[in-house]
Amino acid sequence: MSNLTFLPLVITIAAYQIGLFVSKKVKFPLCNALLIAIVLVIGTLLLTGYPIDAYQTGMKTISWLLTPATICLAVPLYEQLQVLKKDMKAILIGICAGTLASLLFVFGFCRLVGMDSVMLASLLPKSVTTAVGLALSEQGGGNSAIAAAAIIITGILGSIIGPLLCKLFRIKHPVAQGVAFGTASHVIGTSKAHELSPLTGAVSSLSLTVAGVLTAVLFPLFVG
Amino acid sequence: MINYLRQGLLIFGFTLLGEALQMLLPLPIPAAIYGLVFLFLALCLKLVKVEHVKEFSGFLLTIMPLLFVAPTVNLLESWGLLLPNIGWILLLIAASTILVFGVSGIVCQAVCKKEDDHE
Repeated sequence: MSNLTFLPLVITIAAYQIGLFVSKKVKFPLCNALLIAIVLVIGTLLLTGYPIDAYQTGMKTISWLLTPATICLAVPLYEQLQVLKKDMKAILIGICAGTLASLLFVFGFCRLVGMDSVMLASLLPKSVTTAVGLALSEQGGGNSAIAAAAIIITGILGSIIGPLLCKLFRIKHPVAQGVAFGTASHVIGTSKAHELSPLTGAVSSLSLTVAGVLTAVLFPLFVG
Repeated sequence: MINYLRQGLLIFGFTLLGEALQMLLPLPIPAAIYGLVFLFLALCLKLVKVEHVKEFSGFLLTIMPLLFVAPTVNLLESWGLLLPNIGWILLLIAASTILVFGVSGIVCQAVCKKEDDHE
């Protein structure tokens, strides 16, 4: 079986395709394509007894694309910048406030309940996009599986309760809504923001990138 | 005709630049962040045009979610670390998501309103 180097990749892409299909048919936030793919892959590995090490080795064929893919976030960022110049000051201040709140809260919480430095480094980048968060967590000595799970759960939670929070906090301005979705729940929240309005979606995807870069710069102050 | 190789050369070139900066500078910043910032600056300064990276970057951004499956699947091997903390972790995720959503949205809206009043 271990000679079939493309097996893990085929399983993963197939699982993600099923995830995309189901999430389009069932308009329920928990039916997130990535979440479905992860559950399907874990289920397949457990049922077949296929070793995780062999799966991870197979996935190395594409995981090296994560760094260049993250860099490509610069392209939509640049394109949105042209549209959003007018509100840029408010957007940037909102992202800074949210990012600081996130880092301070997670740091304080972890210290309060006595979590160790591995957990802290895994949970600190939970609000930023997975690519940036994973890189940060690894650099800070975190556990990348827990970091990835925390980031994805945060995204799904944000996209489920986001519309409710907009009402609760009286966030009515579409630009402010976009900043909230992008800063708190990165790419997954952004897909929800796109449903609210194209402007909200554009602001949200700009916010997730800026929040990612800002978190990367501030992260070292909170770990180690 | 779309020149995919030139697009790939540019994107992998910026990746290489990011790796080199991470190696040379003593800052704990991932290579991807350096690459992102420098590609963004190159676009702003018109050193690189969007057309020069459009399709290749679009492809990589489309497949990105796929790259998050493998790291998360490792959860199977991290149960020992996860289980004793699971209650706190879920509480932390819920509380901080609400907090960050509220703070960033409310602050941005307040600044927007202030700017509109000035006009």
